[in-house]
Amino acid sequence: MPGSSGEHRAASTLVAEAPPLLRLRGLSKWFPGVQALDQVDFDLRPGEVHVLFGENGAGKSTLISIVAGALRPDAGEVLLHGAPVHFRSVSDARRRGISAVFQEFSLVPDMTVEENLFLGDELTTGPFLNKRALHRRAEATLTQLGFPLRPGMKVNRLSRAEQQMVEIAKALRSDLSILILDEPTAALTERETDRLFQLLRECKRRRVGIVYITHRMDEIHRIGDRVTVLRDGRRVATLDVGGASHETLVELMTGRTFEAFFPRIEHSPGAQLLAIEDLTVGRVVCDVSLTVCAGEIVGLAGLVGSGKSEVGRAVFGLEPIDGGTIRFLDRPVNRPGVRAMLDAGIVYLPPDRRTEGLVVQRSVRENMALCALTLSPFSGRLFLRRRSERGICTRLAARLKISPLRIERDVVFFSGGNQQKVMLAKGLTRNPRLFIMDEPTMGVDVGAKTEVYNFMKDLVEQAGAGILLISSDLPEILHLTSRTYVMYRGRMRAELKGAEITEQEVLSHFFESETAGG
Amino acid sequence: MAETGVVTAERRAAPGPALARLARLTFVRLGVLPLLLLILVIGFGIAEPRFLSGQNIFNVARQSTYLTIVAMAQMLALLTGGFDLSVGVILAVTSVVSAYVMAAVVAGNASAVGLAITLGILAGLGAGTAMGVANGFGIAALNVSPFMMTLAMASIGFGLALSMTGGVPVYGMPSQFGATLGFGKLLGVPVPVYVTVVVILGMYVLLNWTRIGRYFYAIGGNIKASALSGISTRSYLFLAYVLCGFLASLGGVMLTARLETGEANIGAAMPLRSIAACVIGGVSLRGGTGRLGSVVLAAVFIEWFENGMNLVRIQSYLQMVVLGVLLIFAVVMDEVRHRYIAKLRED
Repeated sequence: MPGSSGEHRAASTLVAEAPPLLRLRGLSKWFPGVQALDQVDFDLRPGEVHVLFGENGAGKSTLISIVAGALRPDAGEVLLHGAPVHFRSVSDARRRGISAVFQEFSLVPDMTVEENLFLGDELTTGPFLNKRALHRRAEATLTQLGFPLRPGMKVNRLSRAEQQMVEIAKALRSDLSILILDEPTAALTERETDRLFQLLRECKRRRVGIVYITHRMDEIHRIGDRVTVLRDGRRVATLDVGGASHETLVELMTGRTFEAFFPRIEHSPGAQLLAIEDLTVGRVVCDVSLTVCAGEIVGLAGLVGSGKSEVGRAVFGLEPIDGGTIRFLDRPVNRPGVRAMLDAGIVYLPPDRRTEGLVVQRSVRENMALCALTLSPFSGRLFLRRRSERGICTRLAARLKISPLRIERDVVFFSGGNQQKVMLAKGLTRNPRLFIMDEPTMGVDVGAKTEVYNFMKDLVEQAGAGILLISSDLPEILHLTSRTYVMYRGRMRAELKGAEITEQEVLSHFFESETAGG
Repeated sequence: MAETGVVTAERRAAPGPALARLARLTFVRLGVLPLLLLILVIGFGIAEPRFLSGQNIFNVARQSTYLTIVAMAQMLALLTGGFDLSVGVILAVTSVVSAYVMAAVVAGNASAVGLAITLGILAGLGAGTAMGVANGFGIAALNVSPFMMTLAMASIGFGLALSMTGGVPVYGMPSQFGATLGFGKLLGVPVPVYVTVVVILGMYVLLNWTRIGRYFYAIGGNIKASALSGISTRSYLFLAYVLCGFLASLGGVMLTARLETGEANIGAAMPLRSIAACVIGGVSLRGGTGRLGSVVLAAVFIEWFENGMNLVRIQSYLQMVVLGVLLIFAVVMDEVRHRYIAKLRED
């Protein structure tokens, strides 16, 4: 229903407006095994902020990579100022006034700010670098943008937010007609975000067209003019921001109704499992206290770098603890170690399954069994019990609907969602009391996401386990948890219960505010 | 499905998509070895009829035992994501130490042959394993990279072996040592083949039926994920190098029996040859994957290949060139294999 009305509105506005700066017609792109883009149309008018919205893997990154010249489309055309263009490279696109700021920074960490700003476009006198002119130009650019950066600073000494500023300055320095921003505020504080938005409004006045990727609902309304929703490589709708409510956007993005996407979870908090008091980890976590009981999902929200991940890691013995106490099942844990915590009944699921979670070139079976090989169903005193292992792993794979259901297949050949399920199954081999899940649905497609949520529901309702859900995904926090803690800059900002867990309430604690003491 | 069609179309003309796909999957699973064996058997088989004779295959079986044992040692290091460049000098130190001890015991009491051989073997194995312990300590406890640690150990070991012998072969071992372990036969099969078969069986059980083997693969595949699964990665890394040292040392004992002298330079080509055997056998240089059977087959392949080159009278210096080329080829194919793996994802 919302989809069709969106299409109509988009169609009518397309005809009405002036010729677009950029138009993509029937753009398609295949990667081995996936069609990343399927006949996508898109247009960008001068002076507008056009938000791209969609799940991870919906095709947003592919789309902007094509516009920025980093990828070539397999079908369809790119029209710039009404004329078809074929970009050979990023620098080719850049020469035509298209600049992109990607999530992964394209900065050389060991070089200075000014060297990075002019990388590939150095000012020279004859064969030599004109360092003085370069310095002056860099200083002028930074002052004009109002970025408090020293041009001579090495980039690896800067914070993430400052590096983001360098990226943006780099994109803005040339004659710009199209600016592409991929989640530019992910690492920024509220004040820095304000400054970025001011800058974007300045760009709009200069008739620059801006393609803006974000996952944050509030930003769509703050800065966006139109929003295009992508799902599974297709364009679902293009709407004016004014007509796009939170629910509409989520429904368009996920392709299912809001209620069907998140299961209703009956929380029945029982005995206290985990109690953390005044936990301090270096300078990242400061005096943090929280509790998790059996039979409930407790959220831990906050921005990237707020210290929420480190709390989970510290409990599992992955970060050195500088202060505070951890009690599990009413017993103090003095020096948590991975082995000891596993044996006590805690399982930790890391946010990045490929770097920390799975041994991707080994089979599903070996991965599932890896942390349980010391237990009797898997191993005797000397030798592995491979038949019993195979049986358990087959049952777990079936229970989690891993597809294809082939446990001898190497994990690397499975999709992201199925890999995530292998990681969940790995935890189940031990029958744990408490799960610490750090971003359990990161990089997972919509279908698998729902399955992960239902899996969590089962754990809490049937198995009576407790879950500490560490997540940057706000809807997840809002719809799955019965209590939620919000962290800000290493400190616990708030504990919200039941009806208090609203988007506004959680977000209000994400950022700096006047009431905060520090 | 559509993607498979696209990939196939890009590849050189194949008999059919299904066959090409099968070939590709075989290649991804087993590496370059099946192809090489095919070329070897057909090529040398046509060029030199003696190559496929029973007698020649018997000879190759005996000759290849030493490389097979050392390749299995090397495999342990490679599986965990490292490698051992000191396997050659572990052979040398073992050889020199065991020869000295045997000669000394026999010189003291000419009739104590059994004691001399037992003590000599134990001393040799002890010395070789000690080098493995040193490697393991440096790599697992001190975080020295396997490359630097084992390269330095190669220099240390070679220096020790040379200074002990002054570069001269060590004679004076009881002749029974060589007669049994080097040239002996049981039921018409050379003794070294029995020893190698026992080692292969032991390795098979270790790698496939014990936690230790499983953890070696896991650590080599992803050391962080292994640590997060409660595995003491340092202990198992240490163990891998100790076992590697022990096996290489065993190879040294066997080779000493065959040569009937203790020599400081017997293992010079072993690091290269053992790594070549592993890589050709499909052991990934990035760690985490590799099959024992393929490694054994690849070691036999290298020995058989050299045997074939001898038969058609290719000069031995040139053989070194060929082996080097073969190794580079195998590594390139390993890279290609990884690209295929990336392509085959989600298909």
